[in-house]
This record gives sequence, structure tokens and C-alpha cells, in this order.
Amino acid sequence: MSVLKTQQDNRSILGFWIYIMTDCVLFASLFATYAVLHGNTNGGPTGQMLFNLPNVLIETIILLTSSLTVGLAMLAVHRKKREQALIWLGVTFVLGLAFLGIELREFGNLLYDGNSWTSSAFLSAFFTLVGTHGLHITIGLLWMGVMMTKLVTVGLTRANIRRLTMLSLFWHFLDIIWIFIFTIVYLMGGLGV
Amino acid sequence: MILASLTGRLTMNSFPHDPMTLGAAVSIVLGAVVVAALLTYFKRWGWLWREWLTSVDPKKIGVMYITVALLMLVRGVADALMIRAQQATSVGASHGVIPVSTFQQVFSAHGTIMIFFVGMGLMFGLINLVVPLQIGARDVAFPFLNLTSFWLFFAGMILINMSLGIGEFSAAGWLAYPPLSELRYSPGVGVDYWIWSLQIAGIGSLLSGINFIVTILKMRCRGMTLMRMSMFCWSVLGSMTLVIFAFPILTVTLALLALDRSLGMHFFTAAAGGNPMMYVNLIWAWGHPEVYILILPAFGVFSEVVATFSRKRLFGYATMVWAIAAIVVLSFSVWLHHFFTMGAGADVNGFFGIMTMIIAIPTGVKVFNWLFTMYRGRIKFTTPMLWFMGFICLFTVGGVAGVVMAVPPADFQLHNSLFLVAHFHTMIISGVVFGYLAGITYWFPKIFGFTLNERLGRYSYWCWLIGFLLAFIPLYILGLMGATRRLDHYSASMGWQQLFIVAAVGVVLIMAGIGFLVLQIIVSVIQRKKNIDTTGDPWNGRTLEWSTPSPAPVFNYAVLPEVSDRDAFWAIKQAGGASKPVYEDIEMPANSGVSVVIGMLSIAFGFGMIWHIYWLAVIGLFGVVIALLVRSATDNHEYTIPAAEVERYYV
Amino acid sequence: MKTRSRLVLIGLIMLAVIGAVGWFVGSHNIAILDPKGTIALQEKNLIVLALGLSLIVVIPVFILVFGFAWRYREDNHKAKYSPNLDHNVVAETIWWLVPSALILVLAVITWRSSHSLDPYKPLVSNVAPITIQVVALDWRWLFIYPQEHVATVGYFRIPDKTPVNFEVTADAPMNSFWIPQLGGQIYAMPGMSTQLHLEADTPGSYDGSSANISGVGFSGMTFTAQSSSMSDYKTWLASAERSNQQLTVAAYSQLAKPSKNTARLTYSGVASGLYNGILGKYMPGGMMMAGLSQ
Repeated sequence: MSVLKTQQDNRSILGFWIYIMTDCVLFASLFATYAVLHGNTNGGPTGQMLFNLPNVLIETIILLTSSLTVGLAMLAVHRKKREQALIWLGVTFVLGLAFLGIELREFGNLLYDGNSWTSSAFLSAFFTLVGTHGLHITIGLLWMGVMMTKLVTVGLTRANIRRLTMLSLFWHFLDIIWIFIFTIVYLMGGLGV
Repeated sequence: MILASLTGRLTMNSFPHDPMTLGAAVSIVLGAVVVAALLTYFKRWGWLWREWLTSVDPKKIGVMYITVALLMLVRGVADALMIRAQQATSVGASHGVIPVSTFQQVFSAHGTIMIFFVGMGLMFGLINLVVPLQIGARDVAFPFLNLTSFWLFFAGMILINMSLGIGEFSAAGWLAYPPLSELRYSPGVGVDYWIWSLQIAGIGSLLSGINFIVTILKMRCRGMTLMRMSMFCWSVLGSMTLVIFAFPILTVTLALLALDRSLGMHFFTAAAGGNPMMYVNLIWAWGHPEVYILILPAFGVFSEVVATFSRKRLFGYATMVWAIAAIVVLSFSVWLHHFFTMGAGADVNGFFGIMTMIIAIPTGVKVFNWLFTMYRGRIKFTTPMLWFMGFICLFTVGGVAGVVMAVPPADFQLHNSLFLVAHFHTMIISGVVFGYLAGITYWFPKIFGFTLNERLGRYSYWCWLIGFLLAFIPLYILGLMGATRRLDHYSASMGWQQLFIVAAVGVVLIMAGIGFLVLQIIVSVIQRKKNIDTTGDPWNGRTLEWSTPSPAPVFNYAVLPEVSDRDAFWAIKQAGGASKPVYEDIEMPANSGVSVVIGMLSIAFGFGMIWHIYWLAVIGLFGVVIALLVRSATDNHEYTIPAAEVERYYV
Repeated sequence: MKTRSRLVLIGLIMLAVIGAVGWFVGSHNIAILDPKGTIALQEKNLIVLALGLSLIVVIPVFILVFGFAWRYREDNHKAKYSPNLDHNVVAETIWWLVPSALILVLAVITWRSSHSLDPYKPLVSNVAPITIQVVALDWRWLFIYPQEHVATVGYFRIPDKTPVNFEVTADAPMNSFWIPQLGGQIYAMPGMSTQLHLEADTPGSYDGSSANISGVGFSGMTFTAQSSSMSDYKTWLASAERSNQQLTVAAYSQLAKPSKNTARLTYSGVASGLYNGILGKYMPGGMMMAGLSQ
């Protein structure tokens, strides 16, 4: 029976890796549209005028740290230390929330200044690319909340360990995508490369 | 005011007024009512729910896919008949049988339905039926996900058919090029129906892609190395690899068009810096691989059929595998040949033209391998083999047309003409449709325990073949005469009418072919005692699935097989049969009503998005999330079949 | 003999198909096979050449498929049966190499013709070319002669044996500008100017249309390309310049409104820079023209 369960775990993890690959293709398509449209500002402001690099740097540090903390949570999970895992997941959750908050504030400021996604193709592509990442973070946070509840109520069952493994994969993946967004959208755009 | 926000764009005017659309919508609703009444009368709802709708048995899921796909085939061919009727009559002073706006919806629906709900449906149906059996597994890697994929496919199908009775369908062609598909030129709900039905069905396909890759990579029985896998499974692996790389692009493309239309973004609007050409690139970056997604498993079917009925090992197995691999890689490097006429420049056009020709090489290799499988064989011309013969002939001719159009300057003269339409119908009908019809006939006894009536199958085949020739050869000529696609009217001086009439006769004949197909199934069910398959091996088969009884038990194999040869079952038969097994308890995945619920909620979500009834969309979306949470709250989704019951299948 | 009668039937069907196609093509006017311009002629030759080369593979396939089907039919016990024959390195190498060689030849043809028949490439001629700016509207075609300040709708005139430079755009969804007897098509897209270079060899009227769907009126977007001698063309031009309909910006805005009216129109006094103004409507930062609005 345990062989069967191990096989099921292996299948799920492989399946999840393939899912992440498809998500990579999804983001690659969005990056491609951004690359095509980033110069089409319709006479409006360019990225250089809009982006607040220090702000983005803080976002980046927060998200990178959250990748570390989710890693620590997984270490605790594998050592079967439920409370430790819960604490690190909690820290990750808060960091993720902070990241999302900063991102939403950035979006809010842009909209407040009249730079909406309807203003230009560049802004459509910007909001969609960064927003899709933000949406993924949101889903990740929801998932994390569910998993924390499960840890409290059910504990470190085999299924939950498998799910946490996939969640941490997902979170690291979002971190990598963010590095690309940071580099391509904000750094290259903000510096006008 | 409150009512307006409750019903979004939906008003009394959204329901059809012209008699033809109304008739079609009413007949679909009536059909559904009759089926529901029959189910109630015979008290079959519980049976339907337990045995079919919630079943995670891939064989049953496969049958459901194929049933939906065949129904959609009837709708798609009915659309084709309307297109042909219009074009045969709408000449000069006459404006034909249907108004232009309806006509444009009809051809857009025809293409969309045929690709997404017939082609994909037949493909996923056969994959579900056959792959677990052929790799010696009891199920797929993720049974719940598999059923959910089906219900997402079903939801997309319901949405596209809803457009017939509520509102309208897209009139922008099956790929909805902007700016025509943008709000400015298509303000109605038609394009939104197109977007959301494809988006929902497409996500189902993507999930299936992941599912079957893991199934094939992780669940093969002992001894079945990759190079001992059946050619059908190889072609499925190739096709599903394309699915996971191509479908995310479709998801993004549809989402961006939806954002343009609903939030006023400017991806493809030809205003504020939007770029319609980018849409054309993106949609074909998915669209060309999609063609190979559909046709690779059909190639796989033919590989099985030709080996079995030539009673010979498949010729050139290794080269076949490499040809599939080459096609998978190359199919992502040819998409620009769909729009050589965009003015991309000679270097770009030349490059993509050459890449397109290169992909013809592995396809040609496969053709020769099939031919040499027949060489020194003992060929039995059953219906599946007839479909194969028709396929080889038509596919080669269609391929030639394809190679001609791969030369960009030649394409300048043929692009968007009926020559192009004839070309891709040749490829898709002879490849995909013939392939899957052959597959259905071939594997039918494995699922139902009796073979299909051969005579009626042959009648169907000849109707299809001759109907095809009558329907599409005129189109090749019309294209050369300068007739473009999607015309609702033309001048009498063009001299096109007689050819259009011949083409219409062809479609009628194809319709007769479908009629024989349905008749074949009905007659075979009635005469099932006569055609019963007691051995589990009606064709003298070669691969593993023929070693288990027909109909295959829910667990496929009482004892998971171990193989030592590519033609696993053939080797067992040569060795004088298998030894008597020892039966054990079998654990199988349990039914899942959650998948059905997710499907229904997806319909609500899609409908809400289409009509801007946002409360409904929110309920749909959150409903799906809650359904998934409910599902994950319980960890046990299995039940056990005791050994004694397993043994009963074998005595 | 079941197999035999079936094969005879197939043979008859094939002969009937080939015969019918041959008869029809021979006795009817097939635009693409009856080119009237140098570009269309070269494109037709390419089609025929590619078709001919492909037959090198197709004919063996047809011979083999029917030959094998006949010889190795189940009831022919005279034929050899080798159930385990499943590969042959030489044979498989041949059918990788032969199609590859064929494709290599076709690739060279493709590369060369893509360049020699590039629609953006001006035609070489000792006659000075004329320029026509083509605008796809909802749902008709406008042809502007920028140097002559003349414009037409639904038809245009050109002198024969004279290169014509078309600049093509749309003030509508995407269309495709196609005159089969003069040469292949090019897309007409809003905010973009594509180019096409054609030439008519002989005087005559050639049908043109839009090859890409652009809305409910698109089937009616036909036009005539009328080629005549240079002197006839000049005479026509002089009469067109006297047309009392003027294509002012206001008149254009009226014309650009969706309409299925396909009447032929001739305009004089075309507002200068109109074509660029139409392009500018869709290009952020493009040339804006007073009075032209989206």
C-alpha cells in the first residue's frame, strides 16, 4: 500500500512540475506581448517616468525573503515539526501579503494619476503582466491559508506534506517569475534600456 | 436599473427572431427535454449519475467524450450544409437562403465546433479509452482531474450551443482576428461566447495534457520501456507534449482579447498603440501546433490499424518515433505560414516557408512506413483498414497542396481562397476524422463487447469518401478561379455556381455517411448477440488491450501485466497464452460528483462573463474554489473491489 | 473477387475524378492559371513547378498503396508473408533521404522566389511606375492617385506594361487586397501601410476582391482593375481630373462610413496627404489630419 502511495506522490509532483512548465509558457507569452508593446505608449508616459524603483526593490527583497521562509517551513515539515512549519508559513504569508499590498498601492497610485490600462497598449501590457503575477501570488496566499488550517486541524499527513511540497514549488516559481518582471519590466524599463 | 445590473446585457431582444435560428435552438431544447423525459420515465437518472456522469473510469469518460463529439459532428455538418446551401444559391440577384449575419455566425461556429468539440472530443475520447489499456494500467494518473477535464469540455460545448438560442455567436471567423473581433466592430456577445467557451474547454484540454503525460511516463506496466510502447501511445505522448506547450498560449491570447473587450485594454485594438498583428502571431503559435495535436493521435490509430490488419509488425518503429519527435519540435516553427501575406519581408517568409516544407519530411517518412507495413503482409480489408486506405490517398494529395502553399509567392495567390479551405479540409477530414472513425470502429468491441456492423460501416465509408471528393475538389478549382472563403454572395459572371452546387451535393453525401454511422451503431446494438466478442481479441490484435476480456472490466487488468515485447499480446499468443493468474483485491478511484458541479459552475461563470452578469460569474468562480476545497477536505477517494468479484469477470 | 471489383471501382472513381477536373479546368476560365501580369505569371509557374516536384513522391505512394493492397490481400496466398519484417535500414534511409532531397530543391526555390517575388520589391522596367494608394473601407475599396490628385471607388485604371506601386492600408478591420490575374494578395491593415508591386501585360478588366473577412459587407468588396494603353489611360485621367466630385476630408469622412453601396465613383481634387492622414488615425504619434476622426 505504501508503494502505491509513494507512486501517487511521485505522479502528483511530476504533474505539478508539468503544470509549472505550462505556467512558464503562459508567462512567456505575456512577456512577449509586453516586449512588443512596451514602446507603444500612445503619447503617454513611459515606464521610465512611472516606475518607482526603490519601491520595487523593497517588493523584490520581500518576495525573495518569503522564498527563504517557505524553504525553512519545508525543512520543518520534513523534520515533522508542525509548529515550526506553521510559524514559517505564517511569516511567508505575511510577507506575501506585504508584497501584494505594495503592488496594489503601486497600481492604485498609477490609476490615481490617470495612468490606467486603457491609456495605452504599454500600460495594458504592464498591468496584465504584473497583475497576472499578482493574481498568482493571491492564489498562492489562499492556498497557504488553506494549508495552514489543514496543518492545525489534520496535521502533517502524507497528503498534506505532498501539497506543501507543491505549494513551496509554486512559491519559488513565482519568485523566479518576479525576478524576470523585476529585470525586464522595472529595471530595463525604469532605466530606459 | 436594478434589473439591468442583475441581467447584464441580457434582454428579451437577445432571443432569436429569425425562423432558422429559432428552429435550431428549439429543436436542441426539445431534444434535451425528450431525453430528460425518457430518463425520468425509465427511472434512469440514478443510473446515469452513478454509472456515467460521475464515473472516473477513463473508458466511460472516453465514451462520453465521443458521444458529445459525435453530436457536435452532426451540428458541425449541419452548419456546413447551410454554408453550402447559401453559396450554391446566393448568386447575382438572389441572396440565398440565410441572411448574411447568420451566415457569418454559421461558418464561425462550424470551424470552432469542428476543431474544439469534434476533433478534440474524438481525440480525448479515444485517448481515454485506449491509453490506460495499452500501457497496462488500471487508470490515469489523476482520475478526478480527468473527469473534471471532461466536464470543462462539456461546459464549453454547452456555452457555444447556448449562443444559438440566447444572443448570437461570433461572426468573425473561427479564429476571430482583431480588429474585427474587437468591441468597435463586434459589439455584441458573439465574440464573448467564442472566447469563453474556448477558454473553459481549453483549460480542460490543458489539464488533460498534463494528466496523460504523467500517465504515460509513470504508469506503464512492468517491462514496458518507452521503446516498447505502442505507436498510439507514442503519438499521444507527442500530441500531449504539444498541448502543454501550445494551450497556455491560447489561454493568454483569449484572455488578452477578453481584456480588450471587457476592460478597454489595447492589446489588439489598432488604437492607442495596440497591435492586431500580434494577435495573429499568438493565435497561430497555438493554432499550428493544434493541427498536429489533432492529427498525431490519428496517425497513432492508423499505425495500430495497419499493423493489425496486415497481420505484421509495424514497419520502422524507431523511425516512426523519431518522426513524431521531429513533428513535435518543428510544429512550433511554422506558424507564420498562415499569414505570408502580411508583408513580413522576404527573409522571414522564406524561412517559415522552408520550415513548413521540412515538416513534410517526417510526415512522408510515416507514410512510407505504413506502406511497408502492408508489404508482405496478409491484409484484411475491414472498415478501419478502408479508412486507412482513404486516408493515405487523400492525405498525400492534401499534403501536395500544402507544400505548394508553403512557397510564399505561390501562397500569395492561394491564401484565403477556397483552395486553402479545400487543403485544410483534406488534411483534417482524411487525417483526423477518418483516423478517429477508424479508431472507434477498431476499439469499439473492447469497450462494449461486440463489434460494429461491417456492411453499414463500409456504406458510411464510401459515402464519406465520395462525398468528400465531390465537396472539396470543386473547392480546389474555385480557389484557382479566385473565389475567396466566407463569401455570402457573388456575382453570376464569376461562373462559380455549378461548382458550388456540386460541392453542396458532396456535403449531402457526407451527411448520408454520418447517417450510416448512426445506423451502424443502432443496428449493431440490436444485433449485439450476433457480433459478440467472446475472446477479447476480435481482430487478432497485437497490443496489450486485446489480452483482457471484452468489454474491458472497470479495473482493466485483474493482474497488472508484464511485457517483454513491443507487440506484447502477439508475443504472449506466440508463446501459447498466459498462465492462470492469482486474483487480489483491487483499489480503484471512486466516483466524483464534484467534477460535474465544477462543470456546471463553469457554465454559470462563462455565461456571467459573456452577458456581464457579474454576480453570476462571481458565484461560478467562487463555487469552483469551494468545490475544490470540499474535494481536498477529504483524503479518501478510493474503493476496493474484492478478489472474489474480480475473479467473476474471468469465469 | 471482392477485392478485385473494389479495386476496379476505386480505379474508375480516380479516372472519373481526374477526367472531370481536367475537362472543367480545360473548358473554363481559371483566373490563376490565366495570368495577365508578369507577377501572376511567375506565381503561376511556381505553383505548377511545386506541384510537379511533389508528384515525384505522390506517384510512387499511389502505386505502392494500390500495388501492395492488391498483392498482399488476405486471400492471395501466393504472395510472400513475413510477419516479423519490421525494419530495413537501407529502405528507411531512402525514404528519409529522397523526400529530404526533394525538400532541399524546393527550399532553394522557396528562398529565391521569396526574394524575387517579394511584394515589397519594385518591378524593374524602363517605364516609370505609377503609384496608387489603396484604402479598404467598410465595405468598399478607395484608390487614390496621389500625384494626380484623383481617386476612384470600386475600380481603378492603369496603363499596361507599366509597373504599379500599390500602398495599401485600411480604415476598417483587416482586409486583403487581391487581383488574381495580376498577382498575389497583401493584407490591408489599419495603421499600417503594406506594399504590392504589380504590372498588367495586356489591356483588359481584371476582377479584384477582399480575401479576408471584414464584416457583413465584405462579400461585396469587389472591384475591377482596368488596364489599357497609356494614351487611353491618360485620356481617362484627364476626364477624371474634371470630375465635379471632390474628395475633401469631409467627403472622405462621409465615404468611410460603413456602407454596402458598391457604386463606382470618381473623384478629383483629393485632399493632399489624405492617405497618411488615414494611417495616422490609427497610429499614436502619427500624422494627424484635421477633420479625420476615428
